[in-house]
Amino acid sequence: MHVGLSHFLVLGAVLFAAGLYCVLTRRNAIGVLLGVELILNGANVNLAAFSHYSAGEIGGQIFALFAIVLAAAEAAVALAIVLAIYRTFHESIDMEDASLLKG
Amino acid sequence: MIALNWFDIVFYVFALVLVASSLMVAFSRNLIYSAFALLGSLVSVAVLFVLLSADFLAVTQILIYMGGILVLILFAIMLTSTIREVRVSNRYIGESPAFLVTAFSFLLLAVISIRAPWLKAVVQPSGPTTREIGNSLLTTYILPFEIASVLLLIAVVGAVVLARKEVKDPGEQGGAADT
Repeated sequence: MHVGLSHFLVLGAVLFAAGLYCVLTRRNAIGVLLGVELILNGANVNLAAFSHYSAGEIGGQIFALFAIVLAAAEAAVALAIVLAIYRTFHESIDMEDASLLKG
Repeated sequence: MIALNWFDIVFYVFALVLVASSLMVAFSRNLIYSAFALLGSLVSVAVLFVLLSADFLAVTQILIYMGGILVLILFAIMLTSTIREVRVSNRYIGESPAFLVTAFSFLLLAVISIRAPWLKAVVQPSGPTTREIGNSLLTTYILPFEIASVLLLIAVVGAVVLARKEVKDPGEQGGAADT
């Protein structure tokens, strides 16, 4: 089957679904971060695909570029938080233990 | 078999690698396996960017995602060292409801992607995009560009503040100066 726009969009959906499963089921905080990175990559694939199939438009690529920048900033802050949790909760990054704000 | 050109063959090969890597990130019990499967996913996405004639985006993806974010994730895994998870699913969302929600959202997105009548233009062969991206970033998209630079500064300061150790009272520390 000749590759068209739909193929790239379905790949973006696969990345999103895998990332969503990671976010929903992982107990390790870094595992959740892996899922978030997968979701962001799925969105980037979709953006680049739409940019390619709209002849000569690079707005989608610039959007994806900013998404990569934001993903880098968010990964740095998220991992700093993970390290702070690791120190506070006695060497554990189990997300079930970080429940001090629970009502 | 319908005649496939090189574009299709490269796409299908790296689509297969991408799907396999994503499933391994999602379902692997070992966190290090998941992190390296994420590496495979990022490489496949970079190849897809090249296929979509987004060459600057592909190189940026390799540099920042693999060279920065993935290395940072591996550092964090090594520093916290809980690689093998004993209980994989959390208490509030079990594995089966999560799988159902995930499968439903994937099917919804896939059906919409395949059946929607996208208005596609004829794909023109495009050259290197670096010059156009550079021009656009400094003319049309100057505001997001400046805001992104401020945001990166905020992220760096925030990460340093969050990750440093507690500052003890200087009177108790004697001569040890730490920030």
